[in-house]
Amino acid sequence: MTGDSSTTTTPAETTAVTPAVSVRGVYKVFGPKPGEAVRRLEAGASRDEVKSLGTAAVIDATFDVAPGEIFVVMGLSGSGKSTLIRMLNGLWTPSAGDVLLGDANLATVDGKRLRELRRSRVSMVFQHFALLPHRTVLDNAAYPLEIQGVGKAERQEKAQQALDMVGLSGWQDSLPSQLSGGMRQRVGLARALAADTDVLLMDEAFSALDPLIRSEMQEQLLELQEKLGKTIIFITHDLNEAMHLGDRIAVMRDGRIVQIGTAEQILSDPANSYVEKFVADVDRSRVLTASSVMQRPRLTVPAGGGPRQAAREMREAEVSGAFAVDRRRVLKGLVRADDAVRATKEGVEKLEGLIDADVTSVHQDTPIAELFAPAAESAVPLAVVDDEGRLVGVVPRVTLLEAMAGEAVENGNVSTPEKTLQEAQLRPTDDEATGTTEGATA
Amino acid sequence: MISAATDTLVPRVPVGDWIETAIDWVTDTFDPLFDAIKTFFESIYDSLDWVLSTPPFFVVAIVLAAIAFWAKGWKLAVGSLVGFVLIAAMDQWDNAMDSLALVLLASVVALLIGIPLGIWSARNEHVSRIVRPILDFMQTMPAFVYLIPTVVIFLTGPVPGIIATIVFALAPGVRFTELGIRQVDSEVVEAGRAFGSTDRRILRQIQIPLAMPTIMAGVNQVIMLALSMVVISGMVGAGGLGGDVVGALSSVDIALGFEAGLAVVFLAIYLDRVTSALADRSPVAKALKAAR
Ligand SMILES: Nc1ncnc2c1ncn2[C@@H]1O[C@H](COP(=O)(O)OP(=O)(O)OP(=O)(O)O)[C@@H](O)[C@H]1O
Ligand SMILES: [Mg+2]
Repeated sequence: MTGDSSTTTTPAETTAVTPAVSVRGVYKVFGPKPGEAVRRLEAGASRDEVKSLGTAAVIDATFDVAPGEIFVVMGLSGSGKSTLIRMLNGLWTPSAGDVLLGDANLATVDGKRLRELRRSRVSMVFQHFALLPHRTVLDNAAYPLEIQGVGKAERQEKAQQALDMVGLSGWQDSLPSQLSGGMRQRVGLARALAADTDVLLMDEAFSALDPLIRSEMQEQLLELQEKLGKTIIFITHDLNEAMHLGDRIAVMRDGRIVQIGTAEQILSDPANSYVEKFVADVDRSRVLTASSVMQRPRLTVPAGGGPRQAAREMREAEVSGAFAVDRRRVLKGLVRADDAVRATKEGVEKLEGLIDADVTSVHQDTPIAELFAPAAESAVPLAVVDDEGRLVGVVPRVTLLEAMAGEAVENGNVSTPEKTLQEAQLRPTDDEATGTTEGATA
Repeated sequence: MISAATDTLVPRVPVGDWIETAIDWVTDTFDPLFDAIKTFFESIYDSLDWVLSTPPFFVVAIVLAAIAFWAKGWKLAVGSLVGFVLIAAMDQWDNAMDSLALVLLASVVALLIGIPLGIWSARNEHVSRIVRPILDFMQTMPAFVYLIPTVVIFLTGPVPGIIATIVFALAPGVRFTELGIRQVDSEVVEAGRAFGSTDRRILRQIQIPLAMPTIMAGVNQVIMLALSMVVISGMVGAGGLGGDVVGALSSVDIALGFEAGLAVVFLAIYLDRVTSALADRSPVAKALKAAR
């Protein structure tokens, strides 16, 4: 994390340079009488008191985002995060206040100038990807350039570069529907990068992804940001994600920003009981669940298959055993390589008889503190399953130890155990997304 | 006129008379306009009918079957060809082509009005609020009621049938288009705006393509409604299969009635299958199908 360590929370002091984005006393009220509602809110009325005049989605937001900063906005559902971020590219016009993008005030520009600013200054990544289903990955990534009026050859070249950057080389001719969730979001990211704007807005961009893909995307975003130096405004309702990505974090509640600060500041000095409650969720034994430490299984074998195929796959993957799953990925048990080889020699056709159903599995939401006992009993990695018994990952004992070691050393700081975990995780392959499990907190 | 048959408590309100007066007035006042409209539709109908009726039966049948092949595949093509041969064998081919010309012309006009109106309603709440009750009215009114004013205005022949068919078949074109565009994922539309696209371009590149499967379902409905109007417009001398059905009804000619009726059915199946196959050929529908 790169945020400064001073205890101040005023944006003016944390950002000495001209801010990339500057939000000054911004209100957004949805409803019949926004002006009246703003006046009352300014006079000190609460959100509920102006209910009859409209929904006060954002109340008196003020902050600056420095160039190259990752600024995270966090808050529960309905706290106004999406509304806030949509005022940063003019999708919503503020009911009051100013939104400065460089020297342009989005609150007052006309439609034409606004479109120009969107083309040149600010792009966006969406929660559900928002790709055009009938266009190829390449044409999706090239879309902003097409709007900018860039010629076909040039825009395809730039789009391809963006795709290469997010690790999608070779997928340019596929359609979005042929990709997994994680890959689709990479297209969304590539599209925003292809636009080549210095500000990037991301509204819960990773929330729809399953935990493994999600943490990989977070890493990738950090890498890209390091390389490209974009200003990123990232929205999440997941505290872990906020802590992991954000140079600074703004916590929103009922339309108001209740605290702005670095992860350290928010953890050690929560502004009020609301933030404190939020932060309490970072308590490691509660936050770190099986799903946050699990890895993708090296190999699974189809329970309906035969021993010959299973034996061959295990030999190729160089494993001594593999979990057997049915078509829906429901865990059936463990197959040992020795057994599969022997059965092949004996001419057994079905794998079924070889599956050892007596394996230890844990639910993905099990806190890691509760993983030690089962892990100690089990000679093989723990199988992690979801609500429907489907195998979503495995936890080898060594990972567990590493995770806890990180916690023991850095007691009180979340970033380090997180990092240890990230490193401990194998890079998951992109062949499929295993459902869309939300993060553990929020 | 039969009056006062009900209750003396409720005064008789001569709504019918008013409408009649209004239509008389309209007929007199806009006579040149209606003449122009009549000539316009008549000439298009005649040329379309000429294209379909002049070549030998098998040429038209093969072209129609080829369209079915292109839209769906050889099974539909063979099926359609069999249907057309049966129509010809029942000596209904000329009638069928007259009806087809009427259906095509009325559907195209209904769609030319309906789709833009649907787009407008989807983008403008006020328009939507005005259009919706009018469509409800148009759809619930018994179909042949439309024939009465059109006959008064356009007399007999194909034109009153075409106009009545357009009015009758208009609604689903508007409704499906509006629905389709409103259903487009708002996040994708937002993406268009966020990257600086103009509204017109969003409509062209995002909303219409994504709504296309639904719009095509509307096209299918419009054509089917137009076809169902064919028989009814037979009553005003629109000719075609409807003419024979109506004729068979008045002379209680079961054989002729069934032959003309069956021809309508074959035509209906053909048009339905081809247009629903076209819906599957829209880029978005294809793209979604490409998913494993
Ligand atoms: N277009 C709109 N019209 C009326 N009210 C709206 C509109 N958009 C949002 N709101 C209201 O504004 C408030 C804040 O919504 P917003 O979508 O910004 O919250 P959020 O923090 O992004 O929540 P989530 O985590 O669920 O996405 C909510 O009460 C919501 O109902
Ligand atoms: Mg939101």
